[in-house]
Amino acid sequence: MLRFLIRRVLGAAVILLVISAVTFFLFYAIPADPARLACGKVCPPETLEQARRNLGIDQPLLVQFVSWLSGIFVGRDYEGLGHCPAPCLGFSFVNKAPVFETIMDRMPVTIALTLGAAVIFLIFGVATGIVAALRQGKPLDKVASVASLIGASVQIYFVGTLAMYLFVYQTQVFSQPKYVPITEDPLGWFNGLLLPWLVLALIFTANYTRITRSTMVENLNEDYVRTARAKGMSGRSVVLRFALRGTLTPVITIFGVDLGTLIGGAIITETTFGLQGIGRLAVRAVDYSDLPTLMATVVLAAGAIVLMNVVVDSLYAVIDPRVRLS
Amino acid sequence: MARNFRISYVLRDPDHMTTPTSTAITTDATSVTETQDTAGRSPGRLMWTRFRRDRVGVTSAVIVIFFFLVAIFAPVISWLYGKDPYTLYGQDIPGLLNDYGYPILPNGGISSEYWFGLEPSLGRDVFMQLVYGIRTSLGIALAATLIITALGIVIGIVAGYIGGRTDYFIGRIIDLTLSFPSTIFIIAFTPVVESLLVPPDEETPIWLRAVSLTIMLSAFGWAGLARLLRGYVLSLREREFVEAAKVTGASPARIVFKELLPNLWTPILIQSTLLLPAMVTAEAGLSFLGVGMGELVPDWGRMFLRATQVYQNDITYLIFPGVALLIFVIAFNLLGDSVRDAFDPKIKR
Repeated sequence: MLRFLIRRVLGAAVILLVISAVTFFLFYAIPADPARLACGKVCPPETLEQARRNLGIDQPLLVQFVSWLSGIFVGRDYEGLGHCPAPCLGFSFVNKAPVFETIMDRMPVTIALTLGAAVIFLIFGVATGIVAALRQGKPLDKVASVASLIGASVQIYFVGTLAMYLFVYQTQVFSQPKYVPITEDPLGWFNGLLLPWLVLALIFTANYTRITRSTMVENLNEDYVRTARAKGMSGRSVVLRFALRGTLTPVITIFGVDLGTLIGGAIITETTFGLQGIGRLAVRAVDYSDLPTLMATVVLAAGAIVLMNVVVDSLYAVIDPRVRLS
Repeated sequence: MARNFRISYVLRDPDHMTTPTSTAITTDATSVTETQDTAGRSPGRLMWTRFRRDRVGVTSAVIVIFFFLVAIFAPVISWLYGKDPYTLYGQDIPGLLNDYGYPILPNGGISSEYWFGLEPSLGRDVFMQLVYGIRTSLGIALAATLIITALGIVIGIVAGYIGGRTDYFIGRIIDLTLSFPSTIFIIAFTPVVESLLVPPDEETPIWLRAVSLTIMLSAFGWAGLARLLRGYVLSLREREFVEAAKVTGASPARIVFKELLPNLWTPILIQSTLLLPAMVTAEAGLSFLGVGMGELVPDWGRMFLRATQVYQNDITYLIFPGVALLIFVIAFNLLGDSVRDAFDPKIKR
């Protein structure tokens, strides 16, 4: 198990390194003047000079990349701007602050948004999928399939804005979405995120219902399930202990992909509800022409996806011992 | 035993109930005594027969065709309707918008003159915006889908058929592409590309935006299809008919085009049917985030962007593009499912 884990982590690190290198190259080698893109929409000459000097634009690209990369591990000094401590993902010449600080500021918003929604859509999606599979062709199954079709086709910028109109401005059922740290005001935290969670869950549940249902239907026809039934096991334990276990694998796969993508920036959701998370930060960085921040958000988002892949792989190994050996 | 099988098969197959001499029997190798019209049916023909009987599939196909026709004949509709998507009617004609720029008539200014109302502040005709917006969205989505499909086919076949080191190399590139945070990357990289191609003080030309959007969407879209097709090719490669073709001395090109490709059209068609609506919503999403088409080009995504700014006072402006996009995506998803069912009735959803 340990060897398996080490191999996966190393593979993930290589992918992340290559993504960083490719992104760095595309952002710093292709533009005619990367310092100009790092200096902000309104670009005072002294900031431009600062950016040019500190990015080391006149040095070979590889040297620039290595100093960016080593900054993550040992930190980096910025001339005239101060020190950027250890996980230094770059320095924003627009905010006059290390990018990592800003990211740490925004991260709780995105994580709270993602995890809250994920709890809802995972539980609700798998539950409706199981019920639909057990009641194949019955009205409930049909309702579930129509609902999942609509959920899969609807867009967050439409249904989210519509929900804001109906439930926030017309009826005040939900409070205006906003982020309050959970340590400050747990109830405010919950209220502020409830609507975004529900809307995000509405869209994502569909996929889980569909996948759980189809895998479950397949699994219920498997020999081992029939054997368990024949041995006199009760219907419930057959479903929960045997059929569900086989169903978990594909569910975990998409759950990992969804979590990775959302943590890397639920851009459209954050934009729709005006939440200041990582996704918003990336969009703002584009608007303000803040290249170091942009670079950091891309690497961070890729990191989230790669990390979730490793987690998913490890979970496979826990659920299905055969994976460990291959 | 065989009898049992036959019965259960017949019971499972609803087609068989309606027309006795149809697909269910054609698949049975032993029944030689068939009527003339079923005897020589090609797989495509069979698929078409099955598809025609699927009421949901036909309905969604009609809706999809309707959207395409609207896109193609947008100028004709504009001529019949007597308006265009560019004129600022609300600003030119007094009495349509109030002092805050919102339509005076209720429901976003819907009237016999302006069927779907007026755009707040700019006062453009919403119906025309929607009709011409389909052109933009479908055009970009269609181009991206075609490029992705072509790339996916070529790369998938190369990886699966050649195998070995090439396969490993392509596999890692696919891993890499799938790990890229595509949305963030596209928003981030669009200004970089444009700073390269357009002098800073000039406006980005419309065609360049369209081309760069198409390329970006394609650059991240091909990997999934390529991986899927590689898997198909890998299993097909080991099949007897490919082996036989190799033994008889067929060239690799012949094997790819005559043996492999005909067996791949089914997954390719299904995947591209599902890809197109995904590209339409991706394009709309990017425009919503402000990296799509510019202000002058009618575009659904930008309508959503504007709608989120004005929805508190004018929800109608959100409803029309929202419902239109929803109908389009549902119809396309249902069509994709029906195409799959028609090709392979054994797969149960």
